[in-house]
Amino acid sequence: MSHDTNDRSGGWIGPAIGIGAALGAAAFAYTNTQRKKRDWGDDAPGYTARRGFGEYSVVGRTVTIRKPKSELFAFWRDFTNLPDFMENLEKVAVKGGDRSVWTIKAPAGQSVDVETEIVSEKQEELIAWRSVEDSDIDTEGRVAFEDAPGERGTRVSLIVAYKPPAGDLGRAIAKLFLREPNVQARHDLKRFKMLMETGEIATSARTKDQTRKAKQQQKENA
Amino acid sequence: MRALTFHGTHDVRVDTVSDPEIINPRDAVIKVTSTAICGSDLHLYDGVIPGVMTGDVLGHEFMGEVVETGTDSTLKKGQRVVVPFTIACGGCFHCKVQQYSACDNSNPVEKQDLSATLYGHPMAGLFGYSHLTGGYSGGQAEYVRIPFSDVGPIVVPDHLDDDKVLFLSDILPTGWMAAENADIQPDDTVAVWGAGPVGLFAAQSALVMGAARVIVIDHYPHRLELARGLGADIINFRETDVREALMEMSGGIGVDAVIDAVGMESHGFAIDNMIDVVKQKVGIGADRASALKQALLAVRFGGKVSIPGVYGGMTDKFPIGALMEKGVSIGTGQTHVQKYLKTLLEKIEEGEIDTTFLISHHLPLEDAPTGYKNFKEKQNEWTKVVLRPGMETTT
Ligand SMILES: NC(=O)c1ccc[n+]([C@@H]2O[C@H](COP(=O)([O-])OP(=O)(O)OC[C@H]3O[C@@H](n4cnc5c(N)ncnc54)[C@H](O)[C@@H]3O)[C@@H](O)[C@H]2O)c1
Ligand SMILES: [Zn+2]
Ligand SMILES: [Zn+2]
Repeated sequence: MSHDTNDRSGGWIGPAIGIGAALGAAAFAYTNTQRKKRDWGDDAPGYTARRGFGEYSVVGRTVTIRKPKSELFAFWRDFTNLPDFMENLEKVAVKGGDRSVWTIKAPAGQSVDVETEIVSEKQEELIAWRSVEDSDIDTEGRVAFEDAPGERGTRVSLIVAYKPPAGDLGRAIAKLFLREPNVQARHDLKRFKMLMETGEIATSARTKDQTRKAKQQQKENA
Repeated sequence: MRALTFHGTHDVRVDTVSDPEIINPRDAVIKVTSTAICGSDLHLYDGVIPGVMTGDVLGHEFMGEVVETGTDSTLKKGQRVVVPFTIACGGCFHCKVQQYSACDNSNPVEKQDLSATLYGHPMAGLFGYSHLTGGYSGGQAEYVRIPFSDVGPIVVPDHLDDDKVLFLSDILPTGWMAAENADIQPDDTVAVWGAGPVGLFAAQSALVMGAARVIVIDHYPHRLELARGLGADIINFRETDVREALMEMSGGIGVDAVIDAVGMESHGFAIDNMIDVVKQKVGIGADRASALKQALLAVRFGGKVSIPGVYGGMTDKFPIGALMEKGVSIGTGQTHVQKYLKTLLEKIEEGEIDTTFLISHHLPLEDAPTGYKNFKEKQNEWTKVVLRPGMETTT
């Protein structure tokens, strides 16, 4: 039995045919919460595989946060909180149902909207989303929350897959977005951890106009 | 405000820079009353630590008066505080196990990648050091922004003047942790390389912890005299064969514990050290570890090796065989300052530890560049420089 079938039967990725389920499944296979053997039989998360995922760019990262699952899940599940720690995200508007519109920063002060829908959700454990059929950006992601050993809190694993879009705007976005997707994912998760553990995001700026945010705004206004 | 800023190797200046502000809710701003120059600052001054940039405000040993507080700070305006050089959030895994200098959350996210590449994991934030450790504006300035001000700074009573408590910010806890890492037992003979501030405080701490004998090694007579004043024995490595002397002074056993309070810029003309000097100069990054190498040969089988001295990268010709075959245990790291503050403040108040013997010079902040130059070039006499913003300039 292939791991692909396995994963799809796991349910959450089922409707996400638009993104090419075979790829998605391979990449998403075996996160911390889904212990399934891969073809080559080791126990590492799928996204750490040395081989690529075709035309998709796949990013995965795990952090351990010293807070209970319930708290972390609740914060993330309110998508309007995501721009607090996801740097490329300008805002998220929840549309009702399981749909929301994510406004992503694009080069030259532009932005691009992506409509997403929740494709799977398990209270306190998992949230998975994907872009809807006619989106400019083909993406899906999932975040899983799992108790860490002892007093360590919660392991949070984020996996995101994108297919670089076609066209000029697409290429521009890809450049911004996919330049260093791994770095982006790592940084976003670290910011999430900071916000949850300390209530703020660390900065070494001496003055308010030297913070990263202020500098980015200055750049946009210029 | 006025602040000591980095402009390049052996080029530091007092410039006018923007005043710090409260940025995050847990921040405070303090007005500095005393701030010292540390051996770690000399590594920056000598250009051997990567990630220091022109305009960076240096200094990580400082104290002062709280003048501004963020909404979530627990400090109050007017309080006198000593600030740990290690910035720690208090809420992450490492903070909870009191490994404050490994705090997960104090180094800004975008600054973490460099040290993560170098060391496998990102470093925590430190004041006035390198962009590897956040690039935080340091304490050799009139004012400093203090992140996580509800966790780090310790309020000190008014009857203890600055000179008595200033070193809680770094070198006193560093000396203490160095001795703790050497797991001092009452019958131990302990050898300490370096009679700088860290070595002296390590020797003092080892004696307070009850070591039978402490031997301090350096080549500066005056610094060695300070060690003797604490109750330690001394060896001048220019005059004496250190290894043979230590063997004899430990009754042929070898010393039980060794403490490397020298770090990456070891002095001396041993051949391996000279090669390392050249490599460091041409920028192929070999840390000069000659004191540490010597310490590894001097320690007895099953002995303890403590390394408070700072290293940044790689070193060559390291006696890994001695380390393994002798089954030594090693303790090291940037100091978990917050862990020791309360205990050490109590010892200062009770008169069990006095740190003022170390200070050789008080200078106005404006004269900080002179302080750096002399602390580097006249180490024998310039044992510790304390800078005071606002103090009258003599020149
Ligand atoms: N781990 C920490 O958190 C921490 C904190 C503060 C300082 N430090 C480090 O501790 C070290 C010492 O700091 P300091 O302020 O005492 O510096 P310092 O430069 O004033 O003192 C170093 C002393 O070592 C002596 N020395 C040099 N080579 C020697 C050798 N081969 N054998 C014996 N002695 C030798 C020098 O003569 C000098 O007296 C530095 O590396 C500093 O960066 C570490
Ligand atoms: Zn220091
Ligand atoms: Zn922390």
